[in-house]
Amino acid sequence: MSSDHTSPADSTETKSTREARMGEGVDDRFNSRLREAFGSSPFILTKFDQFMNWVRGSSMFMLQFGIACCSIEMMHTYAVKHDLDRFHAGVPRASPRQADVMIVPGTIVSKFAPRMKRVYDQVPEPKFVIGMGSCTISGGPFQEGYNVLKGAEEVIPVDIHVPGCPPRPEALVYGVAKLQERIANGESSPVVVKPYELEEFGDLEDDELVEHLADQIDAEDLVMRYNWVDSP
Amino acid sequence: MSLQDRTPVEPDVGVDEDGLDYDELEALLDGRVLDREDHVNAEGFVIRPDEVQQVLSTLKEEAGFDHCSAVTAQEYDDRFESIYHLKKFEDPTQELSVIVPTSKDNPVSESAAPVYDTADWHEREAYDLVGINYEGHPDLRRILLPETWQGHPLSERYNQTQPQVVPLREHANPLEEDHRGDGEDADTMFVNIGPHHPATHGVLHVKTVLDGEQIVDLDPDIGYLHRCEEQMCEQGTYRHQIMPYPDRWDYTPGGLLNEWAYARAAEDLADIDVPEYAQVLRTMSAELTRIAAHMLAVGTFGLDLYGDFTVIFMYAIRDREVVQNLLEDLTGQRLMFNYFRLGGVAWDLPEPREEYLDKVREFTADIPDRLEEYHNLISGNEIFQMRCVDTGILPPETAKSYGATGPVARGSGIDYDLRRDDPYGYYDELDWDVITEDGCDNYARLLVRLKEVEESAKIIRQCADLLSEWPEDDRTIQSNVPRTLRPDPDKEIYRAVEGAKGELGIYIRSDGTDKPARFKIRSPCFSNLQTLPVMSEGEYIPDMVASLGSLDIVLGEVDR
Ligand code: SF4
Repeated sequence: MSSDHTSPADSTETKSTREARMGEGVDDRFNSRLREAFGSSPFILTKFDQFMNWVRGSSMFMLQFGIACCSIEMMHTYAVKHDLDRFHAGVPRASPRQADVMIVPGTIVSKFAPRMKRVYDQVPEPKFVIGMGSCTISGGPFQEGYNVLKGAEEVIPVDIHVPGCPPRPEALVYGVAKLQERIANGESSPVVVKPYELEEFGDLEDDELVEHLADQIDAEDLVMRYNWVDSP
Repeated sequence: MSLQDRTPVEPDVGVDEDGLDYDELEALLDGRVLDREDHVNAEGFVIRPDEVQQVLSTLKEEAGFDHCSAVTAQEYDDRFESIYHLKKFEDPTQELSVIVPTSKDNPVSESAAPVYDTADWHEREAYDLVGINYEGHPDLRRILLPETWQGHPLSERYNQTQPQVVPLREHANPLEEDHRGDGEDADTMFVNIGPHHPATHGVLHVKTVLDGEQIVDLDPDIGYLHRCEEQMCEQGTYRHQIMPYPDRWDYTPGGLLNEWAYARAAEDLADIDVPEYAQVLRTMSAELTRIAAHMLAVGTFGLDLYGDFTVIFMYAIRDREVVQNLLEDLTGQRLMFNYFRLGGVAWDLPEPREEYLDKVREFTADIPDRLEEYHNLISGNEIFQMRCVDTGILPPETAKSYGATGPVARGSGIDYDLRRDDPYGYYDELDWDVITEDGCDNYARLLVRLKEVEESAKIIRQCADLLSEWPEDDRTIQSNVPRTLRPDPDKEIYRAVEGAKGELGIYIRSDGTDKPARFKIRSPCFSNLQTLPVMSEGEYIPDMVASLGSLDIVLGEVDR
């Protein structure tokens, strides 16, 4: 603006902006080890997406969701000794609305599947599912049961399967770590093959069974229809 | 209700020095016995389907059969059959089966619910799975399967591949329809607790109607974990394929105790002896699982009362980890042991034996100190006592009528423990006590569990000493059992053991093949859970949660 303003070029030695700003005696904040690690720029360049994925994977809120035998090992994973908290997968939340990871620990039967679907729907996006144990893979030891769903994937998408009957806590920890890795890499869950959906009873295709049940179920009631013949 | 208040006139009818005198019992029933059958555990009286109540109430009132363990329903080629397994709390070795055949095209039989409260749920189950109709039942609807299910899965005509439609409606939004009752200004509120709820120990759904904070009506809705255990066992061969399933009934882990129930029934059915050394191993390992199961009960009880994963839970898990390590060394698995075999156990102690036994002894030596910690933390805690003392009252007569067993019965002062009363394994050679408490409340049930841990530790210590002194050339872990077991056709047996939660019974009927024709599980939790409405109606809702915790149910066993 005026002539008495000295430009840096006038000074005897050329200083970098940083040196000029810092002056003498100020501690060398910018020459931190972090700075060295990042190279010359004091900024981290990352995609916002990537950053968010990293954050998501590093702070997972689990849903406190016990179904069957596997939930006993899941409780052990949360508690002393295995302490899942060490892996940023914290304390279980009692409400699905506060959670973002659902561990499905056990056998899913016809009466429970619609409820599980409901709980899953209540978890806010983005949400992830860990299938724990053989039962959530295929129905496990109960696969031939008249009342047992052949895996959690018939109802909800599953990101990681942890095999075992039950998986050891170490295996579950590994599964959680793998899920974090996937989340950080932005990988999404696989497509569900044959989902049983919650639908209104009135929307079901009319057949013998539906006609038979017509006086027991209202048209607006949500129902799940199981076609056992199509199960794997 | 009036039936159970009367004291039995002459409880000793039909008893002589060596147990029951079935002829006298038959005479007592005054010509109502059409036929007699011989089951391995007891004799069976065949009666007419319209005389069930008369017969059972005579047996209950006059012959002292105050415990209806279970109701087994099954279908034969030419008939349906319900079997009432009766016992006495005084002496469970005095057993009697009452067999009620009904015709194939009209399977109607009189309900026993007015005589034994426990028959209510058992008959609902029989109706649900096998399809027998019970006349005069207060509320005959499905219990394990959804209400809209088609067919009865354990009946012969059932087609497993037919489609099913299951509605979501019982799970009504509590705010939408929150007024039940008559008239506009009924001020009760309907609340769903579960099936996904942190305080229900798994997937139990409790339908409650509240008046303010008090419970007016309560209906436990089960079946969210009904995974066809009975069907699975009927499809497996006796020798190897059934044993893995019991681990998954009571998975807290009551594993080995459950395996023992099956092993005991099948061994008695097929006349298999178990070497003494294996019995000691069984006793020791089974008591280890009992400790683990009771620890979980205590831990989750703390969780229910104080909420969230706090210190009691962590302490309990810490101790369970020790037990689970011991069991893993012995059986190879942390939870699903599959360690028992018919005729013995799968393998001997891990080498080096002494080191393992020392670890076991060290653990049992620690138990008193650890229990001291629990007593300081919970049972001695004033707040805890305020929540538990005098809440969830279960009077002994009611407990008996509902068939409650295990710590629940012993917390109501009923001195009933099959380990002592119907001895099996090595229990009768060892020195230990049956714990009872007279409180009849949540607190008493907790105390029973804590004290039983101490007794179990005593048993384990004695077994460990026995094992280390056992002569080396006499360590047979399994007797000779044929590769394929085919018990004689039409042999029937009901045998029970003292599981972690109470009387765990198995009924097996063989048909000459290598698989059971009927396999029925009498689950202690199923009967115990029935007492929840009695304990909670009229009480506050937090007390119901405490009662549920003190019942210590595990849904895998309730639903099977
Ligand atoms: S996988 Fe095995 S341990 Fe897990 S719920 Fe299924 S049966 Fe139980």
